[in-house]
Amino acid sequence: MNQPFHKRKERLNLFQTLFGKKKNIKVTSSEMNIEMCPKCSTAIESQTLKQQNFVCLQCNHHFPMRAYDRIDAHFDAGSFIEIYAKANSNHLDSFPDYLNKLTKYQKQSDLNEAVVVGTALIANQKVAVAIMDSRFMMGSMGQIVGEKITRIIELADRRHYPLIIFTASGGARMQEGILSLVQMAKTSAALERFHQNNGLYISILTHPTTGGVSASFAMLGDIIIAEPKALIGFAGRRVIEKTLQEQLPDDFQSAEFLKAKGFVDKIVHRNALRTFLIQVLKLHNLEVKA
Amino acid sequence: MKNLSAWERITIARSQNRLKALDLIPHLFDHFVELHGDRLYGDDRALVGGLASFEGQAVTVLAQSKGRNLDENLSCNFGMLHPEGYRKAMRLAKQAEKFKRPIITIIDTAGAYPGKEAEERGQAEAIAQCLKLFSQIKVPVIALVLSEGGSGGALALSVANKIYMFENAVYSILSPEGFASILWKDETRAKEAAELMECTAFDLQAKGFIDRIIEEAELGLESDPLFSIVQIKDAIRQDLNVLHKMKLNVMLEHRYQKFRKLGSHL
Repeated sequence: MNQPFHKRKERLNLFQTLFGKKKNIKVTSSEMNIEMCPKCSTAIESQTLKQQNFVCLQCNHHFPMRAYDRIDAHFDAGSFIEIYAKANSNHLDSFPDYLNKLTKYQKQSDLNEAVVVGTALIANQKVAVAIMDSRFMMGSMGQIVGEKITRIIELADRRHYPLIIFTASGGARMQEGILSLVQMAKTSAALERFHQNNGLYISILTHPTTGGVSASFAMLGDIIIAEPKALIGFAGRRVIEKTLQEQLPDDFQSAEFLKAKGFVDKIVHRNALRTFLIQVLKLHNLEVKA
Repeated sequence: MKNLSAWERITIARSQNRLKALDLIPHLFDHFVELHGDRLYGDDRALVGGLASFEGQAVTVLAQSKGRNLDENLSCNFGMLHPEGYRKAMRLAKQAEKFKRPIITIIDTAGAYPGKEAEERGQAEAIAQCLKLFSQIKVPVIALVLSEGGSGGALALSVANKIYMFENAVYSILSPEGFASILWKDETRAKEAAELMECTAFDLQAKGFIDRIIEEAELGLESDPLFSIVQIKDAIRQDLNVLHKMKLNVMLEHRYQKFRKLGSHL
């Protein structure tokens, strides 16, 4: 009996959102799913957005991307083999309210922790990959995230696979204290061994990559790529503004800013990333059949 | 050892009259020769580095340095390093490796400096490279946490075979003020945050991060520094002796495993 009203309300919501009268970005109706680009307000149908790798083709805004969507976008279909998928931090609940937060994020996302690791093929070349997902507690790095990343580095080292890490993180996870912080040292030490054994490591910095993750494995790639406009930095903008009592320019700590300062090799559009990775792997004398 | 709350220890660690690295160096070492600059950009006064003799043995000293008064603090940026400080440390660490000198670091910083120029010159990259380099530097490394170990800025110089920590020093992922501000949006609850953060030497020894706790004199470290100095010297002597006897790959594996095993259960 309510249905006609319900449908009318859905249509009204959709209308208001499209014309900027409502703030929520996602519109769900029984007829279609529409998302709005937060930069240029273009309405994009969800299915289309996924086909476009979550990039707005009007303004090139790169939407945040789920770890599994990145795997679909960049690696050979069906080639990803996940490891340590079930590892979670729920047994580390010594900090007040931590377990509640973890279970909340686990319910909201399709993840047990903020990083997904495994092996995949890219144009038939086997690679070890780690993909962080900022939806899970800001992509923060606790013991489990640090351990999964360390183990995938060690696996790449043992099997001589190139290593590709997508970073997206607010930094070390404060609820786990010192044992989060030391993950910076642990991952960096594993990368140094991989480096000494001539392993190829490509890091891809996505929005946002800050704090303890930027100050460890994110910045240690042989080749460091960033997605357009991604926020990359060590200290938070507000902390710096408070310390200096001055406003920072808009592009401060953007991918483009870091490239201009010499800390990023290249900014690669998400839709060109797969081709770029294949090219780089080829140039490292690896057999790649494109 | 005194039974104090974490906040009481933080207050002691941060007090202006607390012993600073520049006071400690002449007690621990002879003939300290300071070496300046990172050969890339400048000379960061928040990182004092150089050569010295420890009981007749050549060592490289890398110390995070807070000032003893306002003038010194303005010159050393209150002990908060810029990227050039970390890069100076790396330059001198490679020099130590070349001449086979053990490295002794002194940790005393609220954190790496959160400034505009620090970001422009790659604070994150400098810290990351430090962590990477020190993990495989081919000489023994010993770190001594003097008062404050703040975040990645302190960790960058803590990748050591052995880490010692003064009884009233603290070491944490971020300041209790920052912690309270993120957790409760209220910086004034820092005292409460401190008790939750497990940032004392005793907490960190229980977690396997700290190897030795250096006791402070009953009436405070400053009342009788030698009480602590003797313990540090004994510890360095013993540990260097053991580390020197190890084969190089064993000594490197020892340092690698110290960090590898922290938080390693999936």
